[in-house]
Amino acid sequence: MCLAVPMRLVEISGDGVGKVDTGGVTAPVSLMMIPHAQVGDYLIIHAGFGIEVLDANEAEIRLDLFRELAEATAEPAEP
Amino acid sequence: MNTSHEGRAARAIAREIHATCERSSRPIHLMEVCGTHTMAIAQSGLKALLPNNLKLVSGPGCPVCVTEKRYIDQALETGRKYDARIVTFGDLIRVPGSSGSLATFRSEGGRVKVVYSPLDMIRIAQAESARPTVFLGVGFETTAPTVAATLKTAVPTGVSNLYVLPAFKTIHPPLKILAAKEDLDGFLLPGHVSAIIGSDCYRYLAEEFHKPGVVAGFEPLDILVALRELVRLAVDGPPQILNRYKRVVREGGNPAAREIMYEVFEPTDAVWRGLGLIPGSGLKLRGPYAGFDSLTAMPVNVSPTEDDPRCLCAAILTGAKTPDRCGLFGKQCTPEEPVGPCMVSSEGTCAAHYKYGSA
Ligand code: SF4
Repeated sequence: MCLAVPMRLVEISGDGVGKVDTGGVTAPVSLMMIPHAQVGDYLIIHAGFGIEVLDANEAEIRLDLFRELAEATAEPAEP
Repeated sequence: MNTSHEGRAARAIAREIHATCERSSRPIHLMEVCGTHTMAIAQSGLKALLPNNLKLVSGPGCPVCVTEKRYIDQALETGRKYDARIVTFGDLIRVPGSSGSLATFRSEGGRVKVVYSPLDMIRIAQAESARPTVFLGVGFETTAPTVAATLKTAVPTGVSNLYVLPAFKTIHPPLKILAAKEDLDGFLLPGHVSAIIGSDCYRYLAEEFHKPGVVAGFEPLDILVALRELVRLAVDGPPQILNRYKRVVREGGNPAAREIMYEVFEPTDAVWRGLGLIPGSGLKLRGPYAGFDSLTAMPVNVSPTEDDPRCLCAAILTGAKTPDRCGLFGKQCTPEEPVGPCMVSSEGTCAAHYKYGSA
């Protein structure tokens, strides 16, 4: 039931409500649980509610880790 | 990162897991607490990368699976007796009660509406004007605050025909029971439940029970990295709690969400399929929100239920058995004609095994 894909907040319409971009289509999202969210943030959404703001720095650290792992592995590319 | 990069990273992590497991003289049993992890592991075929002496067992974190049959009976009886509109997440629709499911109730003319967000229940209740609208509140700490926030939003609208049949559960009480089991060596901790409750609050696993735990995201690589840490801690120690989903989960979780949740709910005892009655493991409506409780406003009399004795869900939800031990699996029990909740829920262990095989 948990949606793992973060979605970008494109608009704060006021009163704890905003809009996220879901691949070109916008969808309403409640910001009641993440009052500090700002336009441009990536949000974790559960059942129409933003439950957390993605930490862009940590997301980058994670990608770097995987890149390093992949590069350190001297395997031929997959056929 | 492209797919071949990801594949290489995955194999590199898997090699480290193999190396650690080779140092262990006995099989290592790790429980993935959350149903979304169960499904992600099955779907990605991750188990094929793991050594034979590393066993992943599913836990109680599938909300539909741990909900008692009696709850479905209560929902159906509320719908029948009070001509109520039942509003629910899609996952519950086909869970069998003692006499049919919400799906059969609907086919017989019962009013059942599936929603994506609890917020929809306000609009639905307003459109029904006088008819009671009852939302089926099933889920853990990720879902309970969304329902709490919805009720907070509903109060100023003055809507008076809106109710919740609450069966919310919290993850610590069952985790404490499972942590005491000697045959479990560590826990893959939930992602989005932890987004709410934080990664710090699991410390008791290490301190009281000497079991490690690692909070994990949902991508296959997230799960592999978390497993690598978990295996290392289980084999070499020390028991510790790590957070490998830091981009989403903070040490202290989301305090704003918890504040909303505990303004509307308070702890109560709850019955879990597979684990029985666990004190303080449920949530009930409190204070000014008590009036939203469907059972108080519209009592129903439902007899105690018994599960099909051949269904092994209870043992599966505590990691004691796997679906292939069930004689009904894939025969009398399939996702189309489910006997038990572990086959109904899209996050259920039996459904995951059926769809993706047990490899
Ligand atoms: S296969 Fe069906 S009957 Fe057997 S344990 Fe799973 S849900 Fe229960």
